[in-house]
Amino acid sequence: MATFLGINLFGLFGQLLVGLINGSFYALLSLGLAIIFGLLKIINFAQGAMYMLGAFAAWLALNYLGINYWAALVVVPLVVGLVGVLMERFLIRPIANEDHLYSLLLTFGFALMLQGLFTHMYGSSGLSYSIPEALSGGTKLPFMYLPDYRAWIICASVVVCGLTWWMIEKTKLGAYLRAGTENPQLMQAFGINVPLIVTLTFGFGVALAGLAGVMAAPIYSVTPDMGSNLLIVVFAIVVIGGMGSIGGAILTGLGMGVIEGLTKYFYPEASNTVIFLVMVIVLLLKPAGLFGKEA
Amino acid sequence: MKMMKKTLLAASVAAFASTGAMAEISDGKVKIGVLADMGGVYADICGQGCVTATQMAVEDFGGTVLGAPIEIVSADDQLKPDVGSAIVRKWVENEQVDAVGGMVSSAVTGAATKVTTDAKKIALISTSASNAFTTKQCSPYNVHWTYNVVALAKGTVKPMVEAGKKKWFFITADYAFGHALEGVATKVIEENGGEVVGAARAPLGTTDFSSYILQAQSSGADVVALANAGNDTVNSLKAASEFGLTQMMDVAGLLVFTPNAQAMDPNVAGGMRTTTGFYWDLDEKTREWSKRFMERHGSIPAMGHAGAYSMTMHYLKAIEAAGTDDSDAVIRKMKEMKPDDFFSRNATLRNDGRMVHDMYYVEIKKPDERRDDNDIFKVVSTIPGDQAYAPMLPECDFK
Repeated sequence: MATFLGINLFGLFGQLLVGLINGSFYALLSLGLAIIFGLLKIINFAQGAMYMLGAFAAWLALNYLGINYWAALVVVPLVVGLVGVLMERFLIRPIANEDHLYSLLLTFGFALMLQGLFTHMYGSSGLSYSIPEALSGGTKLPFMYLPDYRAWIICASVVVCGLTWWMIEKTKLGAYLRAGTENPQLMQAFGINVPLIVTLTFGFGVALAGLAGVMAAPIYSVTPDMGSNLLIVVFAIVVIGGMGSIGGAILTGLGMGVIEGLTKYFYPEASNTVIFLVMVIVLLLKPAGLFGKEA
Repeated sequence: MKMMKKTLLAASVAAFASTGAMAEISDGKVKIGVLADMGGVYADICGQGCVTATQMAVEDFGGTVLGAPIEIVSADDQLKPDVGSAIVRKWVENEQVDAVGGMVSSAVTGAATKVTTDAKKIALISTSASNAFTTKQCSPYNVHWTYNVVALAKGTVKPMVEAGKKKWFFITADYAFGHALEGVATKVIEENGGEVVGAARAPLGTTDFSSYILQAQSSGADVVALANAGNDTVNSLKAASEFGLTQMMDVAGLLVFTPNAQAMDPNVAGGMRTTTGFYWDLDEKTREWSKRFMERHGSIPAMGHAGAYSMTMHYLKAIEAAGTDDSDAVIRKMKEMKPDDFFSRNATLRNDGRMVHDMYYVEIKKPDERRDDNDIFKVVSTIPGDQAYAPMLPECDFK
C-alpha cells in the first residue's frame, strides 16, 4: 500500500490488538483440548464439533426457548459438557485401553456424524446470531475502533483461562487429577475414584469448547463446519505449547493469535499456514513443545 | 480401455438395433448427470437442490422425450476437481450420460468440462462463477447459464463508481474464483474512472476477518468490495459491521446467494446491494415455480437452482426440436432456439455457450422491510443481458 509507512504504527497497533483478541479466543479453545489431550491423553477430534454444538445450542436456545446470550453462556456449556460426559462414559471408556488411534478415529467419526446431522437439518450456509444489545457498541481508540464484544472476549477469556489454570495447578482437586492421570493405580489404592475424575474432566474440557462456541456465535457465522476449520489449528497450538501444560496452551494461544494477526497484515496469503510453520520449527528445536516437560 | 470401447460399441450397436422406433435417441434413453456439492460449503447453493430442480424440469417436460425415457443420475463432487472429473468420466464413458448439469465450484467445473468436451457431451453449467468456460476454456459443448463474474462485477460495481464511489478496496477469496472476480471488477472500476487503493487476499474458509477490515479502514477507500462467496462473505460482513466499517464506507458484496443472505443479520446486511441472476419473488411466474420448489426442497431457490431447471428444460426442448440426442445437433438447436421461461428473460444462448439474459441489481432488505424470513431482496433495477455480460470472443464463436 502506498500509504503504508505513513500509517505504519497505528496500523500495527490495531493489528496487534486484533491479534490479541483472536489469541485470547484461541487460548479459550485450546484450553479444553489441552486438558483432554494434554492431561487425559485422549485425542479428541470431536472437540471442534463440540464447539460447533455450543454455537448451534446457543442459536437453538435463543430461537426456540427464548434463552438469551447471557443465560446461554451458563446453560450451553452445561449441556455440551453433559454430552461430553456421556461420550466419555459410553464411547471412549470402552476403548480406553486400546491404542490412541482408536479414540482418534472414533471421535473423528463422531464429529463427522454430528457435522453431517447439522448440515442435513440446518444447511451449510449458516445461521445468524446477533451480538447482545449490551455489547453491540464500541470504543474509539486512537488507532482503531474496538467493538465492545471483542473487549468482552478478552476479559472473559482471561477470567476463564485463569480460573482453570488455578483449579488444575493450585487446588487439591487439580492435584488429584494430575496424579490420577499420572498413576491411576496408586490413586485408586488411596480410595480416589479415578474413572469418575476422568469422566468429569473430559466433560469439563468439552464444556469449555461449548462455551467458546457460544462466544463465537455472535461474531462468526454459525455453520456445521465451523469447528472442523479450527480444530487443526487448535491442536497445533496445544502441540506448540507442550503436552500437559495448561499455562503453555494459554500463552501459546495468545502468541499464535498475534503472529497470525501480523501475518494477515504483512502477507495475508500465508495466514492459514503460519501457525503450522511455527509448529514445525518448534518441534524441530524443542520436541516437547515450548512449555512441555518431556516429549 | 480398448476392451471397454469394444463393449461400449457392442452395447450401442445392440441398443441401436433393438430400439428401431426411436433410433434417433442413443441407447434408448436420455440420461442427465447432476454433479453438485452434496455436503460441503456450497451444498445449499447447488447440492441436492440442483438435483431436485433438474428432476422438476424432467417431470414438467413429461418424463420422456421423443418417446424415450429421461433419467437422472447425481453425484457429490466433494468440491474436488479430481473427484468431479472422475465421476464425469465414468458417466460419459460407461453409463451413457448425454449431458452433465449442476456444477458449482469453478475449479471442479474446469476439470469436468474438459472431460465432457473430449467426449463430445454437453456441459450445462448452472452455478459456477468463473467466466473461463466461455472464454479461456471455451468449448462448443459448454453451456453456461445463470451468471458469471463479469455480470456480477458490472452489475454491482458500475452503478457505484458512476455514483461517485471512486476508491475501492478488495477483500478477495484467495483462489481462482476470487482472483477472477477481483480482476474483472478492477477492470470495470478503472474503465469508469475509479481506482483500486488496495486488496487483501484472505484464504478460503477464513473465520476471522477483523485484520482485513482494519486494513480496509485505513486504506481510505469509499467502497470495500467483498470478492468472495458463501460463509466468507457472511463472516467478512459480520466483522465489517462489528468494527464500524459499515458506518464509514460502503460494502459491496459481489456474490451473495439467497441462502447466504438469509444467514446474515438483516440489521447488518440491510441496504447492501448486489447482483443476481434470479430472485424467487420477481413476479407471478417466479413465485409459482419457487413455491413448487420450496414444497419439495424446503427452502427458497438460490439462483443456481432456478438456472438448473431452466437449462434442463431448454436442453430437453432442443432434443425434441432436433429429433435426436446427438450432442452436435442438440447444441445447435439450443443456440437457435431462444430460452424463454420464468428464469430466462430477453434471453439468447450465444455461440460461445454464454446464456445472456436479464440480470437484477438488488438491495438486501432491512428488518422493517421484511414480511418474513424469505423476503430478502428488493430489485433496484433490471440489467439487460447485453450490458451485463462481456461480448463474445471471436475464437469462441462456435457456429
